[in-house]
Amino acid sequence: MDPVFLSRLQFAAATMFHFLFVPLTLGLSVLVAYMETRYARSGDETYLRMTKFWGKLFLINFALGVVTGITLEFQFGTNWSRYSAFVGDIFGSLLAIEATVAFFLESILIGVWVFGWKKLSRKAHAAVMWLVAGAGNISALWILIANGWMQQPVGYVLRNGRAELNDFAAVALNKFALLEFFHTVPAAFILGSFFVMGISAYHLLKKQNIDFFTRSFRIALVLGFISSVWVIIEGDQHAIHVTQVQPTKLAAMEAHWETSREAPMFLLTLPDEANERNYFEFGRLPGLLSFLGYHDVNAEVRGLKDFARDERPPVLLTFIAFRTMVILGTLFPLLTLIGWFLRHRLIENRWYLMIMVAAIPLPYLAIQAGWVVAEVGRQPWIVYGLLKTAQAASPVTGGQVLSSLIAFILVYGLLGLTGFFLIAQTAIKGPKAVQPDAPEILRVSAP
Amino acid sequence: MELQATWFFIWGLLWAIFFMTDGFDFGIGALYPFLGKREQDKRMMINAMGPLWDGNEVWLITAGGVTFAAFPLVYAVMFSSLYTALMLILFALILRGVSFEFRGKVDHPAWRNVWDVCIFIGSTTPALLFGVAFANIFKGLPLDQAHLFQGNLLTLLNPYGLLGGVLFMLFFLVHGALWLAIRTSEDLHERAVRAAGRLWLPLLLTAVAFLAYSAVATDLYANYLERPYLFVVILAAVSGLVGIKWFLAKKQYFRAWLASALAIAGATFFGIVGLFPNMLLSSINADYSLTALNASSSPMTLKIMLVVVLLFVPLVLAYQIWAYHLFHTKLGQEDLALEDAY
Repeated sequence: MDPVFLSRLQFAAATMFHFLFVPLTLGLSVLVAYMETRYARSGDETYLRMTKFWGKLFLINFALGVVTGITLEFQFGTNWSRYSAFVGDIFGSLLAIEATVAFFLESILIGVWVFGWKKLSRKAHAAVMWLVAGAGNISALWILIANGWMQQPVGYVLRNGRAELNDFAAVALNKFALLEFFHTVPAAFILGSFFVMGISAYHLLKKQNIDFFTRSFRIALVLGFISSVWVIIEGDQHAIHVTQVQPTKLAAMEAHWETSREAPMFLLTLPDEANERNYFEFGRLPGLLSFLGYHDVNAEVRGLKDFARDERPPVLLTFIAFRTMVILGTLFPLLTLIGWFLRHRLIENRWYLMIMVAAIPLPYLAIQAGWVVAEVGRQPWIVYGLLKTAQAASPVTGGQVLSSLIAFILVYGLLGLTGFFLIAQTAIKGPKAVQPDAPEILRVSAP
Repeated sequence: MELQATWFFIWGLLWAIFFMTDGFDFGIGALYPFLGKREQDKRMMINAMGPLWDGNEVWLITAGGVTFAAFPLVYAVMFSSLYTALMLILFALILRGVSFEFRGKVDHPAWRNVWDVCIFIGSTTPALLFGVAFANIFKGLPLDQAHLFQGNLLTLLNPYGLLGGVLFMLFFLVHGALWLAIRTSEDLHERAVRAAGRLWLPLLLTAVAFLAYSAVATDLYANYLERPYLFVVILAAVSGLVGIKWFLAKKQYFRAWLASALAIAGATFFGIVGLFPNMLLSSINADYSLTALNASSSPMTLKIMLVVVLLFVPLVLAYQIWAYHLFHTKLGQEDLALEDAY
């Protein structure tokens, strides 16, 4: 078996699985920190119960995010050693910075947060959660700066047969990376918000803990609405930048074959890669692709046929992923906007609550699709324009990679099921009942 | 050269800190089936490391990340050569990490048994394999001219490598038992103290055997003979080992744990200092070795990363020590009753 192909599968599986948990960590940490701050300030017990309930879901998810993240860092060495040797000077530094600057803070303080309820004052405890949330998001920044460099390598020279750093500021302030950060983090906030809204909607449908879940819903609603509008505005800027630096990705996203002015978009179409055309094109929107790429309906957009076949990304996958992301991305502000109008009478609008329960998986799908666009759309390059993925793999045997790939699928499959089961179980069970008159010691001594 | 030498030292230091910190929770996980007789004891053991294990494990990520940043070629060759061993370690760490979080979430004996097994296997596997891997690094790996590893997992399981595995295992067992002695009381405390006492002699003998075998199986002593003051590293390791027994006898468990940490750091540095300037020694031909000089990043990267490390590692240590300070107290019933306790 081809070790390169297997390594690609393994990395894709490991990254996508890891990224089932990361966005919820990013989004939910901020919401939990906010809830705890409300508690620390007001002493209102409902906010404490909210912090504990959503915090418990946060922790299950966090554990899965942490353990699946460790493997990713080492896979660059195990499976992509030629890539590692080529880019370590820059890419390795960014990962090391992420660990020392951010991931330490998050991992050490999460332990303090979980076990420190009695050891810290209320305000200090809430502050710890803000540090956890902040550190998680700063982690995301450095990881995305690293990914941004793969998308648009900057601040380097080719020397000694590798890419060496020559301008750190250029790398850290890489426009592609910042665009990714300001797209991914709010997308994670959307996911966290829809998670909270969906679970709250489930309990509101059952008319359980109405006050508790109405408040939770409304807090998430605000974050969800702002983030989903932001993601669309930012996504537009993102597309313009991709057009400039990765024309092959843009062309694949829209199945655009021929270089043309007033390039159109189609409501419905499907790329036929073998014959370099689309099977059908329906609902032509003239000039829209030019507008998407340049904010100018007359601009010339380069088509896939302008590029050699071996320099094009897989068109069908990139195309479908992009459509999925965009359609879902448009849905989120609408759903949250409806929620805003209904916010005072959520409980009466069962249809809306049912939609919101069903909507829990949608941001997951959108965010995974987004990463498929980013990563598959970058192919055949591992570092755009510099190094091809096929030349980046380790000199390991197919058998080694096949056995680790099988182990990944088995272990991650079981973990995924277990994690889903535990999160669902905890979510359905709902928060602990209030016992306002019970003495302190009894309140904490449940098994 | 000075820049690379500094980085070589930092590289060794990060691995040493990783073994000193995460070592004790590997040890507790390995002692788990033997000391955790009752459900209550098992939970005490997990909660004894509960607030700390995650932060400890980040030293592994940092050691890996710094290897990647400062010595990309070492990172590339080390982890692709040790592919299967590293994958086993990673899967072990995955299962271990989720076990702590998952175990208490369903109240059923069979459910808890599954995660108990994962905690044990997930802790013993990395303890053994890190020992095997590092002993092999001390000894040299069959790397050819293109730095390609000419071997497989079995190549690593040579007598010296296995002795390294046993040594690490014993180090971590004692380290973990001492941490339990600090944080627990009554029976469990007594059992932990007894375990540390009983494992101490095997540890000492294995350590002495490892030092002796190193003279035969490796070239580590060349640097020491050239600069005899370096023997202070071995002296530190040995005084740490003696200190464990000394403080155990005086029932000063926190000091015994610190002595054990010193011994672990000393043992790691024994090899690191002996290797210098080699990082991945080729057992085929010394000219094929990767050294701090021929495998390092560009001077610019090394300088920038040095600033990052000098600023942030002390800061990390400061808040990690604060966390250790918060959670080195004796655990009681009320700690197990906490809603989020493991």
